[in-house]
Amino acid sequence: MIHIQQIRKSYRMGALSLEVLKGIDLTINEGELVSIMGPSGSGKSTLLNILGILDQYQEGEYHLAGTLMKNLSERKAAYYRNHYLGFVFQSFHLLEFKNALENVALPLYYQKVSRRRRNRQAMELLERVGLADRAQHMPNELSGGQKQRVAIARALISDPKVILADEPTGALDSQTSDQVMDLFREVNASGKTVVIVTHEAEIAAKTARTIHLRDGVVQNETHQVGAAS
Amino acid sequence: MFDYDKWQEIFATIMKNKLRTLLTMFGVFWGLFLMLLLLGTGEGLRNGVTKDFSAWATSSGFVWGRRTTLPYKGLRPGRAINFDLDDALAIENEIAELDALAPRIQLGGFGGSNNVVYGDKTAAFSVYGDVPAYHRLLKVDFVKGRGINPRDVAERRKIAVIGSEVHRVLYAKGEDPIGTYIRLNGVFFKVVGVFKSRRTGNAAGRDVQSVHVPLTAAQQAFNRGKGIDWFGFIAKSGSSAAVVEGKMMDVIKRRKRIHPDDVNALGHNNLEEDFNRMRGLFDGLRWFVWFVGLGTLAAGVIGVSNIMLIVVRERTREIGIRRAIGATPLSIVTLIIQEAVVLTAFAGYVGLLLGIGVIEALNQVVGTNASMFLRPSVDFQTAVLSLVILVVGGCLAGLIPAQRAASIRPIEAIQS
Repeated sequence: MIHIQQIRKSYRMGALSLEVLKGIDLTINEGELVSIMGPSGSGKSTLLNILGILDQYQEGEYHLAGTLMKNLSERKAAYYRNHYLGFVFQSFHLLEFKNALENVALPLYYQKVSRRRRNRQAMELLERVGLADRAQHMPNELSGGQKQRVAIARALISDPKVILADEPTGALDSQTSDQVMDLFREVNASGKTVVIVTHEAEIAAKTARTIHLRDGVVQNETHQVGAAS
Repeated sequence: MFDYDKWQEIFATIMKNKLRTLLTMFGVFWGLFLMLLLLGTGEGLRNGVTKDFSAWATSSGFVWGRRTTLPYKGLRPGRAINFDLDDALAIENEIAELDALAPRIQLGGFGGSNNVVYGDKTAAFSVYGDVPAYHRLLKVDFVKGRGINPRDVAERRKIAVIGSEVHRVLYAKGEDPIGTYIRLNGVFFKVVGVFKSRRTGNAAGRDVQSVHVPLTAAQQAFNRGKGIDWFGFIAKSGSSAAVVEGKMMDVIKRRKRIHPDDVNALGHNNLEEDFNRMRGLFDGLRWFVWFVGLGTLAAGVIGVSNIMLIVVRERTREIGIRRAIGATPLSIVTLIIQEAVVLTAFAGYVGLLLGIGVIEALNQVVGTNASMFLRPSVDFQTAVLSLVILVVGGCLAGLIPAQRAASIRPIEAIQS
């Protein structure tokens, strides 16, 4: 599903060039539940941004579902983000002036799906994450855990191949973190590839495979026995 | 364009910043309102001032005889110049640019008056001998009956058309004058028409206090032979009245043996210069109004652009999120531009309605009373044009902010 080869990425800061990713090789198969761990500055967020086609890289190759993602036009990038990927962010990133249902339905709007159909699908997903009764609530009327569940529903609605989550539990207490992780595992169980970036060992422990990054390279990988998938 | 979600979003942003949006829209509204008001009052002023002109044929004038001041071909100066029908024929034959000649006679000389009698009522009015062309030269509106026609002149019919004031003074209220006989200097003429003036004020008063009879009938009835007091003329459309006037005077000078340099022997007057001056003035005024109005509009549109820039800045995160979940740059651009267009078009439309409303109200209040102000109005085309300018302006106002919005990279927006 995800195949990256010798990816290098550096940021230019005036005369200095700061290399963040120093040749990363990684393969994630369809249906995997993977976490990426590492201390801050290890390049894990940059890696996730590249995986999410939110950022460019200079060297190497990134194949998503068999398609090379390199030097894409903004329009193409938008298309792949919309059809192949679902994002979940640490700070939820819901649109404040739209209710839960509209937030979930938004990706389908950009696929030109009719209003009635996308609202129906959004409602189904809200039921799936257990928030059907909150469909008409605005984000500021929801708790953190509820917001994140809405965000997961939004990530799922375009039926993407991969769910990318950037510190999805970073802003949640441990109890709601568990609920959200359960939801990710459930999503994974339904066949979706899920990649979670985290710095919390407990979160990583709930995934089947953990990739440890350090100083822009893959340091090692661990496999959790008993974890899902 | 008819995308429910986009409308919803536009509405949401507008409601979120009510005061700011309102102030911005006021800029546009005020711009269009002022522009329409200026255009409307300009039109009213133009109508008021040019009303008297509109009664005259555009390219017309008069030539009359005076006394010679230079000796010529053995003739002494101080000789009075009088015209007759032969001069009229010569002029008509020789001058190609002439549309129509209107030779006139007046009973009792310029400003003189005659006894006009109907039944037991007598009054003093001016009486003129005319040809049909005169009513093309100085247009009048017939309230009743008809004007003088060519056969009246050819057959020397003793008919008369009378001004509305003549009708009012001589006849009982509601009495139909058509078919009645009035006595002019002791000769009976049958009334066939009543006319109203198209001019205002004193000029109109003079117009409606006159009686017009066929030129030939007047010459015969009042013992004037072939004599003519002065010529009115209309130049062909596209020809200059001044040129025709000059040619007429050349013909007359030759026939009357007037020294070619004798500028005092003939009097002349044409409205062409006055027309042109007036037209130039109002054309200039119109340009000025458009210039000021468009400037005000531009200020409003720039205001919208500024607000949209702020809006884009405030929505950076939101736009980033949209981009991350699949919004194309184009969809962001159209969102911003549409919002700008909606703001300007709506505000402009309100300005348009109010502007037209105020002009209409002015119309009602002022009516036809003011001498220099008449029928202030903005024609439909102008109104539509200004609205089109506004929508285009709205597009332009949205362009820069939209560009900025489209260049927002989702990753930067999300991380901020």
